[in-house]
Amino acid sequence: MARPIAAKSFTLEEGGFALFLALLAVGCLFIAAKAWEPAYAFHMGVGAIMAAAGCILILKAYIDRTEMPSQLTADGKPNYNYGPIKFASIAAMFWGIAGFIVGLTVASQLAWPVLNFDFPLTNFGRLRPLHTSAVIFAFGGNVLLATSFYVVQRTSQARMPGIITPWFIVLGYNAFIVIAGTGYLLGITQGKEYAEPEWYADLWLTIVWVTYLLAFLGTLWKRKEPHIYVANWFYLAFIVTIAMLHLGNNMSVPVSIFSSKSIQVFSGVQDAMVQWWYGHNAVGFFLTAGFLAIMYYFVPKRAERPVYSYRLSIVHFWSLIFLYIWAGPHHLHYTALPDWASTLGMVMSIVLWMPSWGGMINGLMTLSGAWDKLRTDPVIRMLVVSVAFYGMSTFEGPLMSIRAVNGLSHYTDWTVGHVHSGALGWVGFVSFGALYCLFPWLWNKKGLYSLKLVNWHFWLGTIGIVLYICAMWVSGIMQGLMWRAYDKLGFLEYSFIETVEQMHPFYVIRALGGGLFVLGSLIMAYNLYMTVRHGEQEDTVLAGASRMAAAE
Amino acid sequence: MANKHDIFERHSWVLLIGILVMVAIGGLVEIVPLFYLKSTIEKVEGMRPYSPLELAGRNIYVREGCYNCHSQMIRPMRDEIERYGHYSLAAESMYDHPFQWASKRTGPDLARVGGKYSDDWQRDHLINPRAVVPTSIMPGYPFLAKNELDTNAIKAVVSTNRLVGVPYTDEQVEKAVADLKAQANPDDPGAAEVLKRYPKAVVRDFDGNAGKLTEMDALVAYLQVLGTLVDFKVYDDKANLR
Repeated sequence: MARPIAAKSFTLEEGGFALFLALLAVGCLFIAAKAWEPAYAFHMGVGAIMAAAGCILILKAYIDRTEMPSQLTADGKPNYNYGPIKFASIAAMFWGIAGFIVGLTVASQLAWPVLNFDFPLTNFGRLRPLHTSAVIFAFGGNVLLATSFYVVQRTSQARMPGIITPWFIVLGYNAFIVIAGTGYLLGITQGKEYAEPEWYADLWLTIVWVTYLLAFLGTLWKRKEPHIYVANWFYLAFIVTIAMLHLGNNMSVPVSIFSSKSIQVFSGVQDAMVQWWYGHNAVGFFLTAGFLAIMYYFVPKRAERPVYSYRLSIVHFWSLIFLYIWAGPHHLHYTALPDWASTLGMVMSIVLWMPSWGGMINGLMTLSGAWDKLRTDPVIRMLVVSVAFYGMSTFEGPLMSIRAVNGLSHYTDWTVGHVHSGALGWVGFVSFGALYCLFPWLWNKKGLYSLKLVNWHFWLGTIGIVLYICAMWVSGIMQGLMWRAYDKLGFLEYSFIETVEQMHPFYVIRALGGGLFVLGSLIMAYNLYMTVRHGEQEDTVLAGASRMAAAE
Repeated sequence: MANKHDIFERHSWVLLIGILVMVAIGGLVEIVPLFYLKSTIEKVEGMRPYSPLELAGRNIYVREGCYNCHSQMIRPMRDEIERYGHYSLAAESMYDHPFQWASKRTGPDLARVGGKYSDDWQRDHLINPRAVVPTSIMPGYPFLAKNELDTNAIKAVVSTNRLVGVPYTDEQVEKAVADLKAQANPDDPGAAEVLKRYPKAVVRDFDGNAGKLTEMDALVAYLQVLGTLVDFKVYDDKANLR
């Protein structure tokens, strides 16, 4: 697969992938023909078409090719591979808007249940996993693919290995997204939060992910810089740990190769522990470590300042990855999980506050001497506010992990609000900031089409988030308190449905906040489109290069 | 410090191994003991594997994403115990592959919903929740009452459950389809055998539509068994102090 060396191996790479995809297409067709369920046959058919298309693309590229394609250098400078990055950036924007709109839909369904329409495909239970996976794995995943490929190449001063490999990773990952997303709508799910895709989608993702790891490492091996830049530590930790978590939490036995259904190997309390070991570290490594890597590259780059502290980077990195893994059991306070485990999770979650804020300080203080840019550059404002939201939600998280607090917050909207202050505020805004940087860089433009529109996006998004999380704080804490309210005679004061009725206004406000966030992202998409189509061309070919003077 | 850290920054393999070691520790410490500490799962009377019909219903529960809004984990707090019943035991989900404790209560907890409402109520509520609870925000599932239950896979589902450790007997695997059909039809000659193989199972026409075995039959059968297997009149929580 990923061969770091040079020209000779390219045909081997092409041949290998073409053969693999051809076999896969045949295999998928065979299974589709004998599948037990129509939905599974549909999936295998889609898989066969995608694999065959990949195979044909490889052959076509081979036939059309007149010269050895990938020059490792051009004019003495590294010839970076931007094609797959461009694809992933556009895919991120596409899936982002799709995921936000599905989010707005499910939020509206909670306010106005008639919007469920009571069809299998439109009910909340199937759309909610579609929303979470679309925003986390489709939007976030493509942002991580795009930025990691960009950052690892630029900071290594080397082109990434392979021609087919990077495309296989990006297209293969998006094929996984298509299978996973359509699966939820068709009712194919493992029933584990954030790990809903069934066994065959998981297997496919494993192949793609291992290739991703090899391509990332392959680029590091080719680097011209003696040191591995701090952002790449975080990317590497994200890739490796997600691989570990994915394999651990998706251990299941298919009931048949001809059925989409699989049975989890673990059950009950052990399954719960494994699930939240996975679930919390999907937050910790997918949504935190990966996006911290973005912070460590794009904030210094955009601010044109070095990372604040090299030492803090080291301490931040190792303590964060060590501690995060322990935090999972705080999702299981007061459950049938033994107390020793949830106590351990709680203690480590509180300790985790420190490295989280260390990282926040490292990001924010990188603006030392460049704070005036907050006034003039809405993109840096977006990046800085994302780090501020990171600080806020990594304070709220440890607070909610305390058993007594969790007793109130668990099972309520407070959790949903907490997640969204991290997801919309931190992950969303840092991704938007990175994409606003990346699009002009990739398409060789002097700058964005309109900074004014970025400003609009910033304020719409920020107001949306504030409405969202405030509504969820009120509704969550209120419902938690209503559940445990007693009347004078010592009876429960409220029936469950009475607490649901009280949620309505807050669900409306939340949907309104989500609507503003969607609106902002549509403005962003328009802005990026106009940047690519009508932006002013940069004169020098390698725009935005080699100003990286950060913590090394 | 900078110098000592140099080795991680210059060698990607060292960095990789360093990361793997750091991220492995927490999981190993928290997960592995749960498999061998006997105190993790209490000893209780009455727990049995799901009957094929209940299992098919559970698969529909998973398929429709009920866990997105309903927990199955009652915490040991006064209000929860008064609202939902005895707090949930680890043993009560030991045959749940995967677990369905869930993490959000947009709707009420379902760990002990079995027997709380009649089959008719469950069916009417599932078809149109607002017909019985006017201010409910739950989606309706009218299609469950129309869809015929797919019984092709149930034997494979039961035997795969056995493969991962659920103690189904050979007979239970062999008779999976027959038991499934018999449990939804009190007139079926195999109904008595279902009760023998699955004590405390309820044999009823759950969806009130005698001619047809629907997904509604299976889902209601599952809901009606939830939390009913352990007899808390004889359960001694002191014996399980941990």
